[in-house]
Amino acid sequence: MDYNSDLTWMVGGPQGSGGVNTAAEAFAKALSRAGYRLHMNIEYHSNIEGEHSYYTVRISNQDKRNLSEKIHVLVALDEETILGNTHNEWPSHHGHLAQMAPGGVVIYDGALKLDQSGLRQDIRYIPVPWDRLLREMLAEMGRSSDFNTLKPMTNTIAGGASAAALGMDLRLYQEGLRSVFTGRRAQLAEPNVRAADVGYRFMQEALGDHQIFRLIPVEPPAVAPMLLRGIHAAALAKLRAGLAFQTYYPISPATDENVYLETYARAQGLVVVQVEDEISAINMAVGAAHTGARSSTSTSGPGFSLMIEGIGFAAITEAPGPVVFIWQRGGPSTGLPTRSEQADLNIALHPGHGEFPHIVVAPGDIHEIAEDSFESFNWADRYQLPVVVLVDKKIGSGYVTVDDLGLDKLPPVDRGARYKPDGDYLRYRFTDSGISPRSVPGQEGAIFWTTTDEHDERGHITESTANRIRMMEKRMGKLSLAAREIPSSRKIALYGPADADITVVGWGSTKGPILDALEVLAAEDGVRANFLQVRLLRPFPIEEVSRILGRASRTLLVEENYSGQLGDLIREQTGIEVNQRLVKFDGRSFSEEELVDALRTALREGQPRVAVTHLLP
Amino acid sequence: MAIITSDPKVYTIRDYKSPVHNTWCAGCGDFGILNAIQLGLAELQLPPHQVAVFSGIGCSGKAPHYINAFGIHTLHGRVLPTATGGKLANPEMTVIAVGGDGDGYGIGAGYFVNAGRRNVDLTYLVFDNEVYGLTKGQAAPTMQKGLRAKGMPEPAIQDSINPLALAIASGYTFVARGYALQPKGLATLIAEAVSHRGTAFIDILQTCPYYNDLHTKEWYSEVFDHEPRLYQLDDTDYDGVVRDPTNLDEIVAKKVQAMTKSYEWGERIPLGVLYKVDMATYEDQLATGRPTTNGATGEPNLWNRDLSSLLNALR
Repeated sequence: MDYNSDLTWMVGGPQGSGGVNTAAEAFAKALSRAGYRLHMNIEYHSNIEGEHSYYTVRISNQDKRNLSEKIHVLVALDEETILGNTHNEWPSHHGHLAQMAPGGVVIYDGALKLDQSGLRQDIRYIPVPWDRLLREMLAEMGRSSDFNTLKPMTNTIAGGASAAALGMDLRLYQEGLRSVFTGRRAQLAEPNVRAADVGYRFMQEALGDHQIFRLIPVEPPAVAPMLLRGIHAAALAKLRAGLAFQTYYPISPATDENVYLETYARAQGLVVVQVEDEISAINMAVGAAHTGARSSTSTSGPGFSLMIEGIGFAAITEAPGPVVFIWQRGGPSTGLPTRSEQADLNIALHPGHGEFPHIVVAPGDIHEIAEDSFESFNWADRYQLPVVVLVDKKIGSGYVTVDDLGLDKLPPVDRGARYKPDGDYLRYRFTDSGISPRSVPGQEGAIFWTTTDEHDERGHITESTANRIRMMEKRMGKLSLAAREIPSSRKIALYGPADADITVVGWGSTKGPILDALEVLAAEDGVRANFLQVRLLRPFPIEEVSRILGRASRTLLVEENYSGQLGDLIREQTGIEVNQRLVKFDGRSFSEEELVDALRTALREGQPRVAVTHLLP
Repeated sequence: MAIITSDPKVYTIRDYKSPVHNTWCAGCGDFGILNAIQLGLAELQLPPHQVAVFSGIGCSGKAPHYINAFGIHTLHGRVLPTATGGKLANPEMTVIAVGGDGDGYGIGAGYFVNAGRRNVDLTYLVFDNEVYGLTKGQAAPTMQKGLRAKGMPEPAIQDSINPLALAIASGYTFVARGYALQPKGLATLIAEAVSHRGTAFIDILQTCPYYNDLHTKEWYSEVFDHEPRLYQLDDTDYDGVVRDPTNLDEIVAKKVQAMTKSYEWGERIPLGVLYKVDMATYEDQLATGRPTTNGATGEPNLWNRDLSSLLNALR
């Protein structure tokens, strides 16, 4: 029998019970430490306890850039996970049963009374009585009285059962567990190893000769890889960039980054302030930037809507920052608070009234999150303007296996032009580059004034026409300077054959899914296409995008929003109308299958607009 | 307050004046407050480059331009968050925030309340003239119900807030009232507020000769039974200072006393410190974790962090 190099495991259940997250993260960490490469994502409702949530973990011996819809092993903590809530008028999911690969295994709580009649017959439904199994195991160990404390080990029993269903070597899972339970938790290692064995043996017996899957064995790596999320990558890169000041108002999904930074604030000499609203958050960050700190604030669409006057404030006063993170979710208004969407490009590009320079960058994967998070602080200091880092929930909240985030390979910190004693100091001195050396409050001889009103070189209010023209040209000119100085490699990336007839264009988290889908289409349909990723959205890489799209005979836009906002931006900036727009706005990011189907259909039928959905849970 | 006196220079009020053309109306109460700020800074002998004055939007918002110190003229209503960020990022600076009554109690009300919760070491001065002057005299949140100033088409049907009571309820650790046209007394009060460790708030009664034709210089100067309308709490046996900050009963009693005093308005209006308590500042509570700064540049020294423990925790 051949090995499977790409299997998907899922756990679903009511959120808030601790079951889903704990089970998934513990299982995934053990697998990651065992040497498997994971790509995982959580989907959840805007609810604290009770609604359906689920973790999808794609397991492979090599890096995967997206999730597949196909599930090979499903752990169901409740019936809704299997059958959905289709009794609702608008079901938020239709049960994961439909996603099961033929031959797949549904592992469910032995306490559930699942009526299997009428369900798909090409998969196996195996009840695992994890509470009873744990009680029996603890009794054998003489530790029956510890049941309540050790109840989380039912997750390990489910993990062991999953390992058996996936056909993986039990010892690999057990080694992973041993390396997870170390230090203060070391005494939990052996009980968990034993629980894994209990679950594994139970499942092997139940499956009998139905053992369909056989996960490819891997070598445990010498150095355990990290299993981390985009929010971790951003926070770590910000700390590496010298972040001194972070503000936030709690909002999903940005809170995860903020609380992560808050956890380490004391140890890392960082001030994190939880404020009363996002208006306070942005203004506090601007105040900190003006007084010398590298500062940042992280939010989501609704919070950014409140922040916009603060972006204009930072821009007209030429503050060195802040760097503002938008962890996107589904809008408008409160929208889909816990779901994924790429609909905040327009507001990121156009925050606030009037005209002013700012930079907008959208990383496409976890490594780019680290690079862009770091470099944004250099841009903020060098060009003295606010920078927006626009990231999708998918790569912000999802976990991936990473060996090295590359924090030691980042470029040097560049704080831009600084004040040097030279007589009369003018904070907004007109210079050839448009950049005025900046001082920091506390510096003797370098007192400055600044104002959100139009101002002169000294920073005092003036309504002079001649000054207005020069100041506008100075400020807006910094955008052209940034466009000239930022290398093309940071603005765009072209993947695949440069001379392909077909060019797919996108931004942000669709990068991985597009690359995966093009590989499938090349292999299965012989499609020869390349992918243009637009990473720097403002200043827009007009020359690069025009050249690449101008060369293609057919162009397709892939975006997770209703209108195709990047498509509009490309038309505005280059005059090029992308031929076909593939959009998805159901609050779930593209699965591999969805994107392959959509591209295939679009290439075959040529419609100008395709709205994509597989009505996934 | 870190006062670095490396040079033996004695600062006078002239050192805090900037040569910028002043656009306030003749006779504006703002001149008295500006004067008092500059006198207060001279009283404290603070080097101008170690002072940062933040302001909101409105006539009062222009104040920093007229002061020789770092001046940051921010957005309408947002001066407190901005000044808070400035202070926390550069704790060696002496930070003063100024703004109008509409700026602080209307559009900025949420920030006014929440700044009280933090007790960052800064001073907040509100220029309270009961009207939105720069937009031609609409009622500000301190305009009393039933009153109609010259720019208002109808008497106010919204009630006024009591900023002193609101400040006390919000947790400010220094709450006082001043009067713009007594710059010497106001200067001393401002110096006391700046010296206070924690967030000090002064509501400064200010005349607007253009739009507030009700509470004018003459109105504030009226005398009843040989007693002037405006009187100093210092001249009475009122004591708003909490002696034992660990004694919650004393804190509550002093707050209640101050709140009661804050409602005294009419023939007698008290000036001075209504409430004062020494509590740990926000910075004190951050102390072990705040950015290490270099006084010369105010720049956090955070460029070579060891992140290995964070990375290992993710493995």
